[in-house]
Amino acid sequence: MQIIIALLCGLIFGFGLLLSGLANPAKVVSFLDLAGAWDPSLALVMVGAIAVAALPFALAKKRKYSLLGAPMRLPSARAIDRRLVVGSLLFGVGWGLAGICPGPALVLLGMGNTNGAIFVVSMLFGMAVFEVLESRRAMMHPQ
Amino acid sequence: MIDWVAFTPVTAVAGGALIGLAAALFILLSGRVAGISGIVGGLLRSSGGDTAWRVAFIGGLLAAPTLYGIVRVLPNAIIAASTPMLIGAGLLVGIGTRYGSGCTSGHGVCGVARLSPRSLIATLLFMATGFLTVFCLRHVIGA
Repeated sequence: MQIIIALLCGLIFGFGLLLSGLANPAKVVSFLDLAGAWDPSLALVMVGAIAVAALPFALAKKRKYSLLGAPMRLPSARAIDRRLVVGSLLFGVGWGLAGICPGPALVLLGMGNTNGAIFVVSMLFGMAVFEVLESRRAMMHPQ
Repeated sequence: MIDWVAFTPVTAVAGGALIGLAAALFILLSGRVAGISGIVGGLLRSSGGDTAWRVAFIGGLLAAPTLYGIVRVLPNAIIAASTPMLIGAGLLVGIGTRYGSGCTSGHGVCGVARLSPRSLIATLLFMATGFLTVFCLRHVIGA
């Protein structure tokens, strides 16, 4: 059941990315180009998404289990630490360079876009580098 | 200056609403946050385990363009970045999102929707460097 839900949510998410324009890197870059011919559309994508998701998340916060009985796994981290700050800053630079973030990257790959595929492979490599650094850190500083 | 021709408010809000719907269904039914970088990055973790639902969600994103194409014309996907830039961008997005524990979906949509201070800060930071990067590319280097 969880697999069907994940597949369905991935599909709806992907439709949303395609319809909204987020799957077109040129449109994302136009949104990020405040000093040029600015396309504010993507601000409205955030507004639409948050408007729909806000109440369900408020409900989720109050529950220990999902409607189907799965444990509610909301992030528990609270600290605004260096990892959050540096990681987010780096992500923003990468996002600005190509106009692609992780969700649209996968949709572009699904479209058979070669540049999308190059981006996804590089992104996976970056994520793998993170895992290697993390496991090394865990070995040097065992808890 | 706002580019009114490129501005697509209706599809932006509607697409955003679909993204919000996917995130809402996922948290309420599966008890999980629909953060794409976390879903993908978790697959690269050696101590994985819950592989099936991650693959299913990614499968949904990959299949989205094919199914979307049956109903509507697929949007253009224009990528201006050169191959070396795409690789650099992918690496930064991969490492950055994992260090920062999230991307546009996990922090920008789900985190902001549940009013997480961490996600609000992360979103402001990656938007800021996104804006700055495009400014440098288009108006400093490319000027």
